[in-house]
Amino acid sequence: MNILLLLFASIVTSNIALTYFLGMCPFVTISKNVKVAFGMGMAVTFVMTVTAMANYLINHYVLIPFGLQYLQFLVFIVTIAALVQVIEIFLDRYSPALYAAFGIFLPLITVNCAILGVSLFVMLRVYNFWQTVVFGFGSGVGWMLAIIAIGGLRKKLIFSDPPENFTAPGITAILAGIMALAFIGFTGMASL
Amino acid sequence: MAETSGLKVPKKGYRLFKSKDWNVFIEGLWHNNPIFGMILGLCSALAVTNLMLNALVMSLSVTVVLLVNSIIISSIKHLIPDRVRMIAYMFIISSLVIAVDLVLKVFLPDISRALGPYVALIITNCIIMGRAESFAINNSVKLAISDALGVGLGYGFSLMMLAFFRELAGFGTLFGFRVIPETITPAALLSIPPGAFFALGTYILVITTIRKRRAK
Repeated sequence: MNILLLLFASIVTSNIALTYFLGMCPFVTISKNVKVAFGMGMAVTFVMTVTAMANYLINHYVLIPFGLQYLQFLVFIVTIAALVQVIEIFLDRYSPALYAAFGIFLPLITVNCAILGVSLFVMLRVYNFWQTVVFGFGSGVGWMLAIIAIGGLRKKLIFSDPPENFTAPGITAILAGIMALAFIGFTGMASL
Repeated sequence: MAETSGLKVPKKGYRLFKSKDWNVFIEGLWHNNPIFGMILGLCSALAVTNLMLNALVMSLSVTVVLLVNSIIISSIKHLIPDRVRMIAYMFIISSLVIAVDLVLKVFLPDISRALGPYVALIITNCIIMGRAESFAINNSVKLAISDALGVGLGYGFSLMMLAFFRELAGFGTLFGFRVIPETITPAALLSIPPGAFFALGTYILVITTIRKRRAK
């Protein structure tokens, strides 16, 4: 598949949050504030790209040659947990500004299903290395786009007057549904 | 996530049965219902509910993993050092999910393919980690089993409700059998991803309304 098409599809039409429903827990809980949503989105994009590459390399150069495919899930999640720790230590040491910006989100990311989901999609769809990099990055950007958009929409909710029982999670789900419709509207151009 | 911590004291009218096990079970099924109550584990709930069969297989897988994980954690809770307990959970859950995935691949290959990555994503499902951390680690094996069964069935029940609505309206079928005649065009919106959000939002609205009525 063309790299540019893959990038577009993973950001918009096959958005990882709105089409595959991955990373929904932070999507609902953290999206109250655009600034926080942005920090979380940046952290997810970064970690997603790095872990997708790392898991691709481990899968192709360690697990498949040694016939250990049945350990894939375990190895993937351990790699993600270890990499997040390493990234955290590195940022703390070498880039305090960046650490202050999204360091607090890093521990949360280990159990974000979107990160593991990307590694699993790469494995299931048999991408090559560059496709993996682009797909990991594109999915991260797509997730960030979705969470920032929903954060902005939820801010406007303060000024509107939804029915009494339509409290936070319910109205967020409906908003996400309308947004998902808009994102999917481009499916004719490119989809995975 | 604040609501997930431990056991809420059941209200008076709820004490149908004196047994604590039963109360814990009911708590999991209704008050701590993972999807509509705690809003946890949404990824799989939204993704697999376009067909009832997928939803059923998914909820059984989650219940099995949750139950076995709770039994293991609550029986070896004295052996797990406090500082590495998260990693211990992760190893146990991953191993269980690998087992479930292999079983599905062998016995239900079609459904396994349809569920795609979502079986593996049980590893990062907040429900399982959440119940291990907030309940199984502090309670006896017996109570942990009640809690796991309650939460697991509550999850399954929510998934089946979502899937019932989505499959009936989206395809006009239930478990693959045609219920609504083909002459009536199904509302395809409900079978595509945005429909999952609309169905979930509607259910949360209905359930919040019921809960508020009961509280009055």
